[in-house]
Amino acid sequence: MGITKLLIANRGEIAVRIIRAAKEMGIRTVQVHSAADAGSLAVEMADEAIEIGPPPASKSYLNIAAVLDAARQSGADGIHPGYGFLAENADFADAVEAAGIAFVGPTGDMIRAMGDKASARRAAQKAGVPTVPGSNGVIGDLAEAARSADEIGYPVMIKATAGGGGRGIRVAENARDFANLAPQAAAEAKSAFGDGGLYLEKLIARARHIEVQILGDGTNFVHCFERECSLQRRRQKVWEEAPSMALSDSMRNDLCMSAVALAQAVGYRGAGTVEYLYDDETGAFYFIEMNTRIQVEHPVTECVTGLDLVAEMIAIAGGKPLSVRQEDIQLRGHAIEVRINAEDPANNFAPFPGIVDGFRTPGGPGVRFDHMLYDGYQIPPFYDSLLGKLIVTADDRPAAITRLKRAVGELRTGGLKTTAPLFLALAEDADVQAGNYHTKWLEPWLAEHAGTFSDEEGT
Amino acid sequence: MAKSEIRSPLPGVFYRRPSPEEKNYKEVGDDVKAGDVVGLVEVMKTYTEVKSDADGKLTAFLAEDEDAIMPGQVIAELES
Repeated sequence: MGITKLLIANRGEIAVRIIRAAKEMGIRTVQVHSAADAGSLAVEMADEAIEIGPPPASKSYLNIAAVLDAARQSGADGIHPGYGFLAENADFADAVEAAGIAFVGPTGDMIRAMGDKASARRAAQKAGVPTVPGSNGVIGDLAEAARSADEIGYPVMIKATAGGGGRGIRVAENARDFANLAPQAAAEAKSAFGDGGLYLEKLIARARHIEVQILGDGTNFVHCFERECSLQRRRQKVWEEAPSMALSDSMRNDLCMSAVALAQAVGYRGAGTVEYLYDDETGAFYFIEMNTRIQVEHPVTECVTGLDLVAEMIAIAGGKPLSVRQEDIQLRGHAIEVRINAEDPANNFAPFPGIVDGFRTPGGPGVRFDHMLYDGYQIPPFYDSLLGKLIVTADDRPAAITRLKRAVGELRTGGLKTTAPLFLALAEDADVQAGNYHTKWLEPWLAEHAGTFSDEEGT
Repeated sequence: MAKSEIRSPLPGVFYRRPSPEEKNYKEVGDDVKAGDVVGLVEVMKTYTEVKSDADGKLTAFLAEDEDAIMPGQVIAELES
């Protein structure tokens, strides 16, 4: 019973994180890697390492056959996919299970059900979880569409079913706007995507991004409270915290219990995150999507609950029941995580695949640094820019922000440019200190403050 | 006939087309003008165009689609 040898089908800081959890559980580790990652910290730390292909991820970390070969060759009885790469690839999950190996995550079918926006939305509605008011599918003629828009309430977004990534979206402020914009949107969608299908969604103008961590073993389901991740640049989170400062206790309870209801309704297995938009003005929350994997920002939850989410998901995949009941999970203190990326904030966040020199890690009370760095490490240019996450925990949010400034100030990476100066500037900002922001807050702030980030360490 | 080379200024993954569904920017034998895009380099999920500095006829690609490349590596050769 239980996994005895775990293959890590990922790289970077999350591979290091998974190896640490496995070691503490007495599980042997096999790190697969590309040719570019032979000298990585994860390869150094794992019990075994197997090269699975050349540097581009499409030929290594995304090569399902190569990962399965490595699992067979090493005798691994479990595979942890981390986040990104194959973590939400349902065919991969199926192939792993078909090979008689435990996949550390939900079943392929559950990944499919949650990966499809329409089916995830239906599942949420069925479980009684509020979704963003919308047309529930493709709208018919323009008269029906106008009626639907009235019901949803303005402003509404008119979206092309065949669009994506923000393409083909128009915003109507009122019925007159709508009458003008809807025919244009249909014509544009038809010419751009060959499909004129449209659907409608209420525009939540100043929304916070709040997400709930859940755990399930297929029979029992718990939440581990929420994370607020409203500070985003190009839809990428840069600063995450737990708990959210926007929620009252009763609102927190409603939000978290709705995530449990969804997990229960689908019989969820593993660690998952239910993401919501939260409207400050009305106090309403709306389901956006569910992520069926461990998230980058999971440590803030670990810091305020004392749980080890990665160990928990490995145990569940090995067939063990949840180790905690809901009443065992208590919120204590406040945690903030910032993402240390190899990007130059003084140069519009250009990627910076440099060399770490004169490395010094932050430490001391309430500081955790999950990272992939060592002195002399050459950052490979082939993968995303995340180097690590600096997490601070304190009794309350003001103390956490003070501690964050102290900890960021201790980090040294020499000539390697990172996003660290951004967080020193954010920590000094009055709106950030007041927790007064939404998902569209950071980009204008960055435009206004461009060129003010000091890249001198220790200032 | 003068030969010239198109080099990548950056390390990363080289692509010959703007996206997997689209055609290659250039094929061997194509005419190339200074400033024409011949490929993309992906550095940490950020894409940068690789452009020719010279006019000429493209005679060879020295990097394949999805190859890992180093800064200064020759991507293609031109004859003018």
